[in-house]
Amino acid sequence: MPNITVNGSAVEVEEGSTILAAAQKLGVRIPTLCHLEDVSAAASCRVCVVDVEGVDHPVPACSTPVREGMAVTTDSPRAEACRRTALELVLADHGLDSTNYCFSCKKNGACELQDVCRELGVTGSSFEVERRREPVLDANPFLSYDPNLCIRCQRCVGACNAAARNHTLVAGKRGTRTTIEAPFGEGWRATDCESCGNCAQACPTGALTEKRRASYRSWETERVRTTCPHCGVGCQLDLVVKDGRIVDAEAADGPSNRGLLCVKGRSASFDFVGAPDRLTTPLVRNPATGKLEPAAWDEALDLVARRFAELRDEHGGEALAAFACSRSTNEDIYLFQKMARAAFHTNNVDCCARV
Amino acid sequence: MLGSGAMTNSIEDVTREADVIMLVGSNPEEAHPVIGMQIRAAAERGCRLIVVDPRDIGLAKRADIHLKLRPGTNVAFANCMVNVLLREGLVDEEFVRERTEGVEIMSATVRDYTPERVEDICGVDQRDLVAAAKMYGTAKAAAIVYCLGVTEHSTGTDGVMALSNIAMITGNLGRRGGGVNPLRGQNNVQGACDMGAGPDDLTGYQKVADPEALRRFERAWGVELPRERGLKATECFPAMLSGKVRGLFLFGEDPVRTDADTGHVIRALEALEFLVVDDLFLTETAAYADVVLPGCAYAEKEGTFTNTERRVQRVRKAVDAPGGARPDTEIFTEVMNRMGYEQPRLAPAEIMEEIAAVTPTYGGVSHARLDSRELGGRGLQWPCPNASHPGTPILHAREFSRGVGAFSTPSYRPSAELPDEDYPLMLTTGRILYQYNACAMTGRTEGLGEIAGGSFIELNDRDAKALGVADGDRVRVWSRRGSIETRARVSGKTNPGQTWMPFHFQDGNSNWLTIAALDRTSKTPEFKVCAVRVEKVG
Repeated sequence: MPNITVNGSAVEVEEGSTILAAAQKLGVRIPTLCHLEDVSAAASCRVCVVDVEGVDHPVPACSTPVREGMAVTTDSPRAEACRRTALELVLADHGLDSTNYCFSCKKNGACELQDVCRELGVTGSSFEVERRREPVLDANPFLSYDPNLCIRCQRCVGACNAAARNHTLVAGKRGTRTTIEAPFGEGWRATDCESCGNCAQACPTGALTEKRRASYRSWETERVRTTCPHCGVGCQLDLVVKDGRIVDAEAADGPSNRGLLCVKGRSASFDFVGAPDRLTTPLVRNPATGKLEPAAWDEALDLVARRFAELRDEHGGEALAAFACSRSTNEDIYLFQKMARAAFHTNNVDCCARV
Repeated sequence: MLGSGAMTNSIEDVTREADVIMLVGSNPEEAHPVIGMQIRAAAERGCRLIVVDPRDIGLAKRADIHLKLRPGTNVAFANCMVNVLLREGLVDEEFVRERTEGVEIMSATVRDYTPERVEDICGVDQRDLVAAAKMYGTAKAAAIVYCLGVTEHSTGTDGVMALSNIAMITGNLGRRGGGVNPLRGQNNVQGACDMGAGPDDLTGYQKVADPEALRRFERAWGVELPRERGLKATECFPAMLSGKVRGLFLFGEDPVRTDADTGHVIRALEALEFLVVDDLFLTETAAYADVVLPGCAYAEKEGTFTNTERRVQRVRKAVDAPGGARPDTEIFTEVMNRMGYEQPRLAPAEIMEEIAAVTPTYGGVSHARLDSRELGGRGLQWPCPNASHPGTPILHAREFSRGVGAFSTPSYRPSAELPDEDYPLMLTTGRILYQYNACAMTGRTEGLGEIAGGSFIELNDRDAKALGVADGDRVRVWSRRGSIETRARVSGKTNPGQTWMPFHFQDGNSNWLTIAALDRTSKTPEFKVCAVRVEKVG
């Protein structure tokens, strides 16, 4: 295991570790932009450059492996100047020619480019890039891609190819001409895109986003970690709540989902919660009209208890049955089967395990 | 049999460490998408993939071998695998000797299942059967992953047992990257079974028929409990029609949409004297209720779900419930008290304490522990018998839950209803990526409807040509139980003679067609095989 120093502090790291990982182990912060742990390692933005003793140019920390005896300096004037220059190049590409971009951008306040610019004190770019307004691709119901805001970091490419392994979102061309071929334009139906949105979660800027982001600003929201309500994988996700309503869902790094979600977990795990047709009052069938009519809770619960008790007492518990919901919580289901066995006095209790 | 229905292994070791994954009757890219992504990653790191499925599912493209077998022939396939493994000597003799029993009888049973014979039963090339068995049998660690394509048959339990034989004879149990791994359907179907929502089981699969277990619960709950054998849900419907079952409490289920043979389900619900539905929405089923109670959605309450790998994870309250909806635990508590059983009002964390107290496999589970920094949001995999136990990622590491693993000897039996002159095509039903079950939840997200909003039937090109049906045509589909109209999707995805439909959509719900032929043990209906006739509309 190699021993190195970072800003004079010694650290021992595993063979093959990057300088970035070594610095993280020591608690030394190195800014990054295009790097996404386990997902994307394009090393294209150069925002993470550091100085290494005996090397005559700064090197990217995210992709340079450590070797025995390496002496790394993260805060040298030269490295910091290189970072700012790199960031100015990224900014020029991003199109910060108008502050309207940030004000109107869906990611304002949750943009990593904004954050790194603040951290490094970069407020504008001294580079000029020929501007071409390219069309926004937003035919997909959930996802949109604005190439004008794209910094070509390729984190979305990593998310689609190295994480979701769907291989529908790819990079075209190379170097400064790199393009992101996002499958959200006309003809999106004909692609293999699963609309999982892992690319949008990976995007550091407002280029590739979930359309839902337009309905909130990140500082207006709070996040609640929970488990997806759909299939049995048990993906961990954060529900994004604004003013008592769930407005979005984001993948969390759970043991079974590793930061991934599918289209149902990300885009369909909460609309139903706030749906306008939710039942909000008990309903009891009126024997005269045969219709279900609103009733008070006490009235409804008394009727339920009385009729089940009558059937139980007259015909025995085996005349009653109770089916539990496999979408509900363990605590709900435990009490439900307890109700069936202890109060209904029946073992006719089951769940939808067979459908 | 190994014990209870749960993944023996974890998603992580199966997808990261298996040398071979054999996927049987499972389409995880659509039904368990995030496992699907991780299986794609496994294939790309070099794990070999055997897909056993009657359709060209997405993962078939990435498979080393795709056995596109005839629906309903899993038992013959699995017995053939064991036949070849025995013949080729690909047997873990030490494992078989020390940890299993009944290998001799099992060997005799599979003797007749030669590749030559099973080729005809399953409709796949015998060379592929042999190659699959060799690929599985020579792997250092081989995982079987299966789903409803195995269980939703009148011979579903036999299918599961036959698959277990393959893993046992090669010693692929209790090791990383191996195991027999059912992907459980709904988010908490594992938990529902764990919690005793089954007629024969109390929590943690303690048996109702075990007098000692029942006495423990009677002491814990302070009440005398029923000893009569209970009915499974699918057995209840006929019992409603015969008047044996007169009152039903349905919590969050919509059997009118989801259960086999819709006409039969509706007749049964209509025959009830009293039906209570606790749900979020006025479902098709709720329309038949005498009382409908508004419950709470998962985002409106505290609790836990248990995933397919036995991992208990937290569910947390994010928003308040609308209007007069009430937490379901409160509803059940009220009903119990009003029926004369004194049930204290407990918060979800306190209910989990009670679960832990009466359930050895959940003994070390608590909300406080699940929320702790120490667990770091990783949940706990049962068995987790006490508060210092780290949980169990892999079952059967040293011994099976019942001591030694018993080989079973299922014989192949054909499905209950096979195609004939009147109904010449076979229908299989299943799920697609963009919807979930009855769409009660996913149907309220508009974008999903835009991607996949309507019923369809997959037809093979050759059958479509014979019927004069083109891709996109409206067709009517009949079975002996009913008929629906839907849209044809013509391709080579299914074999000739076979059709496939999702059951999500009300504009042509396949459950009007499906058959309530039940598995002898699990009482699961045969959603995967019935006979239909298709005609072009107009």
